[in-house]
Amino acid sequence: MIAFLIKRLYHALLVMFVISIIAFAIQDNLGDPIQQMVGQSVPESEREALREELGLNDPFLVQYLRFAGNAVQFDFGYSYTFNQPTTEVIMRHLPATLELVAASTFLIIALSVPIGVYSAIRPRAWLSRFFMGVSIVGISIPVFLTAIVLIQIFAIGVSVSPFPADTGWGAWLNEALSTDGGMPAYGRGDPVNVFGTWDTNFASLTGLTYLVLPAVSLASIMLPLFIRLIRAEMLEVLQSEYVKFARAKGISLRRIYFIHALKNTMLPVITVGGVQIGTLVAYTILTETVFQWPGMGLMFLNAIQRSDVPLIVTYLMIVGLIFVITNTLVDLIYGLVNPTVKLTGKPA
Amino acid sequence: MTTTNSSMAAAPVASRWSRFRGSYLLYSFKRDPVAQLSLLVFIMLVGVAVLAPWLAPMDPYDLAQIDILASELPPFWIDGSDPAYVMGTDAQGRDLLSTILYGARVSLIIGFGAVALQALLGVSFGLLAGYLGGRVDAFLMRLADIQLSFSTLMVAIVVGALVKAVFGGATYSDYAVPLLVLIIGLAEWPQYARTVRASVLAERSKEYVDAARVMGFTSRRIMFRHILPNTLSPIFVISTVQVANAIISEAALSFLGLGMPETHPSLGSLIKSGFDYIQSGSWWITLIPGAVLVILVLVINLLGDWLRDVLNPRLYKG
Repeated sequence: MIAFLIKRLYHALLVMFVISIIAFAIQDNLGDPIQQMVGQSVPESEREALREELGLNDPFLVQYLRFAGNAVQFDFGYSYTFNQPTTEVIMRHLPATLELVAASTFLIIALSVPIGVYSAIRPRAWLSRFFMGVSIVGISIPVFLTAIVLIQIFAIGVSVSPFPADTGWGAWLNEALSTDGGMPAYGRGDPVNVFGTWDTNFASLTGLTYLVLPAVSLASIMLPLFIRLIRAEMLEVLQSEYVKFARAKGISLRRIYFIHALKNTMLPVITVGGVQIGTLVAYTILTETVFQWPGMGLMFLNAIQRSDVPLIVTYLMIVGLIFVITNTLVDLIYGLVNPTVKLTGKPA
Repeated sequence: MTTTNSSMAAAPVASRWSRFRGSYLLYSFKRDPVAQLSLLVFIMLVGVAVLAPWLAPMDPYDLAQIDILASELPPFWIDGSDPAYVMGTDAQGRDLLSTILYGARVSLIIGFGAVALQALLGVSFGLLAGYLGGRVDAFLMRLADIQLSFSTLMVAIVVGALVKAVFGGATYSDYAVPLLVLIIGLAEWPQYARTVRASVLAERSKEYVDAARVMGFTSRRIMFRHILPNTLSPIFVISTVQVANAIISEAALSFLGLGMPETHPSLGSLIKSGFDYIQSGSWWITLIPGAVLVILVLVINLLGDWLRDVLNPRLYKG
C-alpha cells in the first residue's frame, strides 16, 4: 500500500513538473513584462537595467527554479488587468466554478445511476430505448448549443403558432408548446456571502434559480456518457457467474441488482467518472462564456483576450493541480475499493 | 479494406466487390434502417457542402453581394421574410442558407483533416509503443495519459489560445483552417494511440508475427505490412467517433473566438455570431446552423455506433 501510494505521488509530481515547465515556457516567451511595467517613453538603457535587476537575463534554468520556488508558495506575480496577485483573482473566481461543477455533478449522479441501471435491467423496454436514443442525441449536441437552446426556451421564451388558433385543440397545443421565459440566464445574481470570501448561490432560492440553467447545460454533456457507461457495465455484470448463482439461490431480484451487481458496476464508473468530473472544469469555460457566469473559465477566456500572461499561467497551474489531485484520488480510491488491483506491483 | 471480417475472405479468386457483396458488413447494413438513414443524411450533407459554390444562392465571402439593409431577415415561414433568402439572413445581411452550406464545408474539412492527422500520429505512436515496448512504450503512453487526463478539449483550448497569442489575431485568422487541423489533431492523438497499442499487444504474440520475424523482415515492415492491417477494425470505429468529436471541438473553439473568423465562418463561428442577436429575437441566426451541426454530428455518431456493433472490436475502455 505504501509503495503504491508513493508511486502515485511520484507520478503526480512528475505531471505537475511537466505542467510547470510548460507554464514557465509560456510566461518566458509570451509578453514582455518590462513593456507592461514601464510603457513607451522609457529609454532602452533603463529597460535593460530593469531587466537585469529583475533577473530576466538569467539563464533559463535559474529563472525556472525561481518560478518553481515561487509557484510552490502560490506566488505567480500580479495580474496585468486586475493589478492584484493572480492567486487572489483566481480565488475570487473559484467558488463560482466549484459551485457550478458541484451542482452539475449532483445532477449527473442523481440521474445517470437510476437511468443506467434501469436500461440495463430492462434493455428491451421502450423506456430504455428512449433513454438510449436521447443519450446519443445528447452526445451529439455541443454544450454551448444546449446552453443557447435552454436560454431561448427558458429565459427568452418561445411562442409558436403552427396550429390553427381558432380551434380549441390548436390553441391548446400552441399554448402548451410556448414558454414564457423569465429564468435568469446571465451572471450569478446576488450570491450570499459566507465565510468571508466565499460567495454562494446555494444559500437562497433566487441564487439557486441562477444556478439552474448553467448547471443543467454543464450536466447535459456528461449525462449521456455516464448513462451509457453504467448501462454497459451493468449489462456485463448481470452476465457474470456470481449474479447467475445469486439468482439460482433465490435471492430477491432487487437485492441482486442493487446490492450485488451495482457494487461491481460502480468500480469502472469511479475511474472513468472521476476523470470526467475533472474534465468538467474544461467544459466550464464554454458554459461560463454563454451564461456570463463569473467563474474561472470566463476569467481565463478574458485573460487570453487581454494577453494577461501571469493570470493565464496561474490558471493553467491551478487547473493542472485540480486535474492531478482528482486523478490521483481516483486511482487511490480505486485501489482501495477494488481488491483485485495489485497495490504493490505495477498498476494497470 | 472494409471486408477484413468477411467470411469469404479466404476465397482467393473473389474480387473485392464480390467479397463486399457477401460480407456481414453489407448484410447488417441492409437490415438496419437507422444506419441507412444516417448514411443517406451524411452523404447528402457532405454532398451539399462539397457543392456549396454551385448550390448556394450567393457567395458569403464576396462582400459585394452582401446587402446590409437585408440583415436579420427571418426564415420563410415567419412573417416579414424575403423569398430571396429562404433561411433568412444573419446580422451582416448574408444569406443564411449560403453561409451554412459554406460553413458546413469548412467544418467538414477541418473535421476530416484533424482526424487524418490524429490517425497518422496516433497509429504511428500506437504501433511503435505496442511493438517496441520498453522505454518507448512507457514514454508515449505516459504522455498520452497526461494529455487525456486533461481532456482533449482543454488541451485544444489552451494550445489554440497560445498559438493565437504567438501569431496574433490577424495571422491566426488567415491560417485558421490548417492551424485548427493541427491543434485538434495534436490534442486528440492519444485516443488512437491507446486503441492501436492495445490491439498491437494482442497481435504481437501471434504466430504470424513470429514467422515474419524469423524470416528476417524489418520491424518497420512487420509493423506496417503485417500488424497494421489486423488492427483496422478498431481504427475504423474510432475514426467515425473522432470525426464527430473533431467537428464539435472545432465548433467549440470557434465559439470561444479561437477558431474560424466571422468572415470565413464554420458552423461554430456562425453559432457564435448569431448568439449575440438571440436576445433581440433573431434566434434563427444561431439555432439553424446549430441544428445543422447537431444533425451532422448525430448521423456520424449513429454510423459509429452501428459500425462498433458490427465490427465489434476490442476497444480501449474509458
